[in-house]
Amino acid sequence: MSFDQSARAALADGQLRGALRQATTLFGERRRAAMATLPDWEAARDRARAIKDETLLHLDRYLEEFTANAERAGARVHWARDAAEACAIIGDLAERRGARTVVKSKSMASEEIHLNAALARRGIEPVETDLGEYIIQLAGETPSHIVVPAIHKTKDQIGALFAVRLGIEPSGDVAVLTAAARQALRRRFAEADLGVSGVNFAVAETGTILILENEGNARLTTSLPRTHVALMGIEKVIPRFADLEVFLQLLPRSGTGQTLTAYQSLLTGAKRRPEDEGPAELHIVLLDNGRSRMLAAPVTRQSLACIRCGACLNACPVYRQIGGHAYGSVYPGPIGAVLTPQLFGMAKASHLPFASSLCGACRDVCPVKIDIPALLLHLRAEVVAQGAGQGRFVERLAFRVYAAVMARPRVYEWAMRIARVLHITPPLRAWTRWRDLRPLAPRSFREEWRAGLGRETDPSLARVPRARSG
Amino acid sequence: MRVSLFVTCLADQIWPAAATGAVDVLRAVGCSVAFDERQVCCGQPAFNTGYRPEARRVARRLVEVLESSDADAIVSPSGSCTAMLHHYEQLFDDPGWQARARAVAQRTHELSCFLVNHLGVEDVGASFRGRLTWHDACHGLRDLGIKGEPRRLLRRVRGAELVELPLPSAETCCGFGGTFSVKYPEISVAILDEKVDAIERAGVDAVVSGDVSCLMQIGGRLSRRGSAVRALHLAEVLASRS
Repeated sequence: MSFDQSARAALADGQLRGALRQATTLFGERRRAAMATLPDWEAARDRARAIKDETLLHLDRYLEEFTANAERAGARVHWARDAAEACAIIGDLAERRGARTVVKSKSMASEEIHLNAALARRGIEPVETDLGEYIIQLAGETPSHIVVPAIHKTKDQIGALFAVRLGIEPSGDVAVLTAAARQALRRRFAEADLGVSGVNFAVAETGTILILENEGNARLTTSLPRTHVALMGIEKVIPRFADLEVFLQLLPRSGTGQTLTAYQSLLTGAKRRPEDEGPAELHIVLLDNGRSRMLAAPVTRQSLACIRCGACLNACPVYRQIGGHAYGSVYPGPIGAVLTPQLFGMAKASHLPFASSLCGACRDVCPVKIDIPALLLHLRAEVVAQGAGQGRFVERLAFRVYAAVMARPRVYEWAMRIARVLHITPPLRAWTRWRDLRPLAPRSFREEWRAGLGRETDPSLARVPRARSG
Repeated sequence: MRVSLFVTCLADQIWPAAATGAVDVLRAVGCSVAFDERQVCCGQPAFNTGYRPEARRVARRLVEVLESSDADAIVSPSGSCTAMLHHYEQLFDDPGWQARARAVAQRTHELSCFLVNHLGVEDVGASFRGRLTWHDACHGLRDLGIKGEPRRLLRRVRGAELVELPLPSAETCCGFGGTFSVKYPEISVAILDEKVDAIERAGVDAVVSGDVSCLMQIGGRLSRRGSAVRALHLAEVLASRS
């Protein structure tokens, strides 16, 4: 389905829109409340962005530092140029260990590379253990939100799904549904041979990875199976351990409106002595998959500052109406509209930069101050310059005429005068189907100006201004 | 104070009451107003749709016209077009044009900002009978930080009662977004309907905003829905002596 069709389908789905409105509003309110608990939100944003900018300018150096320190602590670091390489690395690791079941905690990077499908092709069963991801997996769907994968589903829909897939009594009670999922997942944890997790931050200085979560499933994923594979985009690295402080203030507040997530797992290397905790092996997969291309220019580089909090999705008026699936990408919403064409190529996503009213709400809520509207504008210019997308012939012509007219006041004035006299209205069915189109005024401002308004009067004489209705 | 009016093409052609209102208000508070008839569009439609060479051509023209003015300030009844002048640095590659654009942008102010922050005026002597609500136009709110200024002006309008929409409705986009409104009309209208619902629930006589583009969008839907709520530009209310 095209973006247009999916968006229309979403707009026609009352249940979806109800779920979206409720959840995005709730997350927005929680975020605002959590923000207020931090004395200087703006300063924290600036610090976080400065750290990201510094890292991205020297990303090669920090990645090498991270790799050296992680390996010194006993981890094995793998570099994956693209999705296929990352899937091959993880698939091979699992296969060589004879793994039949892989438990996964939440990882957008694994969604990006379609890891589940790759594992399934090798006869290995991936099991999502984050509740939202688990729901999505049972439903055979894809996440529609970066942080809240099942945001598009209502409680009752989930109850009905669990009744079919887990054989429980249909229920709309969150406690009952959560308990059912927990019971089913415990078994899967016990039988898993390998755990795959994502990474929120990777500290170059110490080789440590940090995973934030609320359900304890990531902790089990990274500690119960013998082998832990952590998959991370190369932009997740930060220079110093102390840098975590500011990101720990910003990410939970922006993502879920929490001052801190229930669990923070700081993992440095694998277990070395028998009495140590944790898995025997830790593999860290560094994923490029188009990211290093974005480093070239400052405007695109800032895309890599994203910490995947999802606040821009919740704040976006477009996302709030159509949800994540319509974007047709693992990364939906405003950040998805800028990441998708950059990661996966303009050919597949040339429409996404245009799916925004450029209201700027995303930039306002972004904890690392990514100027998403500026990125959208940049990508729009790229789309037009490359001639990507369809139906641009008429548009191109229209803007050429526009520029020719608007750069010449006399031509502009005559064109408007003719339009006014002949009552020419633009063929804007896309507008007039739902909205009345305000016609050209009987007299333009410049005509009023010439007709007498422009004659400067002494301000002290206080001409009586005319009130004109709208 | 000598002011040069940056009228914007939408106000010029479609909503001249916003511009005549701005002239009236500026004169009422003691400014002399000049208008350079060579000005046309700021280039925003082309810039926002990705047509940068076309936008540059139009933008260069506007910079030339505005910089030739010897007025103390350039004032516009549009937050969006004023914000566009600030984006010119992004649009121009040439440092010379960037500097000229920066100089013009620094002298250009949105009407409510100019009145409140530069002239220190809140009471412009207006009177308007009715309940009003303010719609924060996105570029004014988020690019220029306009929030308190129009509200302070409206609170001093005799006979008018300012009603706030509950959050997040007041600050949420109306769904216009330039060509977005016709490229994705269904999404645009879905966003708009939330806004219009909130306006109607507020029980106001008029929704007031600082940008003609938002007013076309909100007003167009209000009238299509047969609503009695009017869409008015801030300058229309401030110039009103009813």
